[in-house]
Amino acid sequence: MYKVMKGNEVTAYAAMLSSVDVIPAYPITPSTLFPEKISELIANGEMNATFIPTESEHSAISVAIGASASGSRVMTATASQGLAYMHEMLAIASGMRLPIVMAIGNRAISAPLNIWNDQQDSIDERNSGWIQLYAENNQEILDLTIAAFKISENEKVHLPVMICMDAFLLTHTMEAINIPDKKEVTDFIGKNTTNRIILDTEKPATLGSFASPEYYTEFRHQVTVAMEAANSVIFDIFSDFKKRFNRNYDVVEPYRLDDAELIFVSMGAVSGTIKDAVDVLREQGKKAGLLRLVAFRPFPSQQIKKYLSMDVKIAVIDRNVTPGYDGSVLYAELRSILYDSDFKPEIIDFIAGLGGRDMTIDDFIKIYTLAMEMNADSNHIVWEQLKPLGEDVS
Amino acid sequence: MFEIRFHGRGGQGAVTAANILAIAAFNDGYDVQSFPFFGVERRGAPVEAYTRLDKKKIRIKMNVYTPDAVIVLDNSLLSEIDFLYGLKKGGDLIINRGGVEKQEQYNGYRVSYVDATSIAIKNKLGTENSPIVNTAILGAYVKVIKNVKLNSILDAIKDNVTIKTENNLNAAIEAFDNTVTGVF
Repeated sequence: MYKVMKGNEVTAYAAMLSSVDVIPAYPITPSTLFPEKISELIANGEMNATFIPTESEHSAISVAIGASASGSRVMTATASQGLAYMHEMLAIASGMRLPIVMAIGNRAISAPLNIWNDQQDSIDERNSGWIQLYAENNQEILDLTIAAFKISENEKVHLPVMICMDAFLLTHTMEAINIPDKKEVTDFIGKNTTNRIILDTEKPATLGSFASPEYYTEFRHQVTVAMEAANSVIFDIFSDFKKRFNRNYDVVEPYRLDDAELIFVSMGAVSGTIKDAVDVLREQGKKAGLLRLVAFRPFPSQQIKKYLSMDVKIAVIDRNVTPGYDGSVLYAELRSILYDSDFKPEIIDFIAGLGGRDMTIDDFIKIYTLAMEMNADSNHIVWEQLKPLGEDVS
Repeated sequence: MFEIRFHGRGGQGAVTAANILAIAAFNDGYDVQSFPFFGVERRGAPVEAYTRLDKKKIRIKMNVYTPDAVIVLDNSLLSEIDFLYGLKKGGDLIINRGGVEKQEQYNGYRVSYVDATSIAIKNKLGTENSPIVNTAILGAYVKVIKNVKLNSILDAIKDNVTIKTENNLNAAIEAFDNTVTGVF
């Protein structure tokens, strides 16, 4: 069945199709429509779940942790300051190996206060032990969320997952999506078998216990091992997804990379605009391509090396900032994993699209031109859309 | 790709109009997108909403800068905002004349007028002081710009407007029958 829906509504539908048991949530722009839609689906009798409105994001994730620890399938949504407010609980969820799924409406971090789109919020949580998948469009929000439950509940993984969707560009934009039957989704994900340690009076266990120096390192290492295992689990689950739903995903998506001289690297909705820009450039005989990261955690190092260890220029589109470091996060991580590759591409960081500043096809064509004009001596960290101080912005 | 920009005031239903147009166009075989101006909404303040339709898959995720059509839901906005901004030469301008008879011509565009305000009031949509004109304006849209069928708009209203559905359908049909293009 096809339906035209906003990204936030798609997220709620994905929760319903995935037979989520418990949804604790606290509203925040741009994710507010998620709890609204969930309560509507429950009130209409379309969804059988417990919705728990909490008094803060910190409580929402705490309730999610409690519900998941007692064996429920759990989902919530937040963004920006809400995610930052959850920060101390995020590593508790992953450290307790709880398969929680959370939708992130990617939004800038204050100050200054800004409700619009960039990816600083989830990128700031890259060390939290959560898997992070970034959607390009509303269909992917649905598909990745459904897949996320299966990934997170896999016994080699048992880690929580963030489904990252750009504020407004996806959360508030209506697009047509293909909605599978609930039965097909149930067959794909499987029952919530709780093949993990849960809080059960019949089989007493301790979760989130105190760990002295003799044990702590091993617990942290186990999360890292699970994250590494997630790479191949995600691959297998995407293969299964393709067989059942005939839509193809991988941890990275190459687009027109053949004989490319410049490859954009990006995550999220802006990648759709880059694909159109690449087509325009190709028509002009300019050899551009795109490598989109679907997974940011686990970082798809092998796949990146496979596609980018060559004599090309790379334009990283970084929609986040790391003050005090030369270049932003995606650039730094990409450069680091290519350090020991056979061919070292020339990597240029374009910091742009912050706090909702629109990125257009023309912006990417300009970035192509700038990058192609650069040589080894050029400054490779570019604040692409920066206005001179004092310029009238009205 | 065909891009439409709606101008209205908070509460008139510009965002819903953009969404219903997208749903109707999808049922007519287009790939679609619709979205509001990404900002903070206040009742009575100028709002914008957008619809994109294309026979190909729409991949871009960016603002609408050069619309093919501009639709103004509130006559009082004409002296307040730059509603022609970016409108392609020869593009369509559809204005709710809101009971006013004398109409301005805008050179370089195909201009259409409909009295969506009176139609909405007659059909008891909103109040006399703040009528909800969005379904009427969609009737005008399909009359002038024929890329979406009237029946598809009516179906989309039936499926998505749960309050006063009949009144909204009538408003769309009345506006379709009473939209005038080019001659004033």
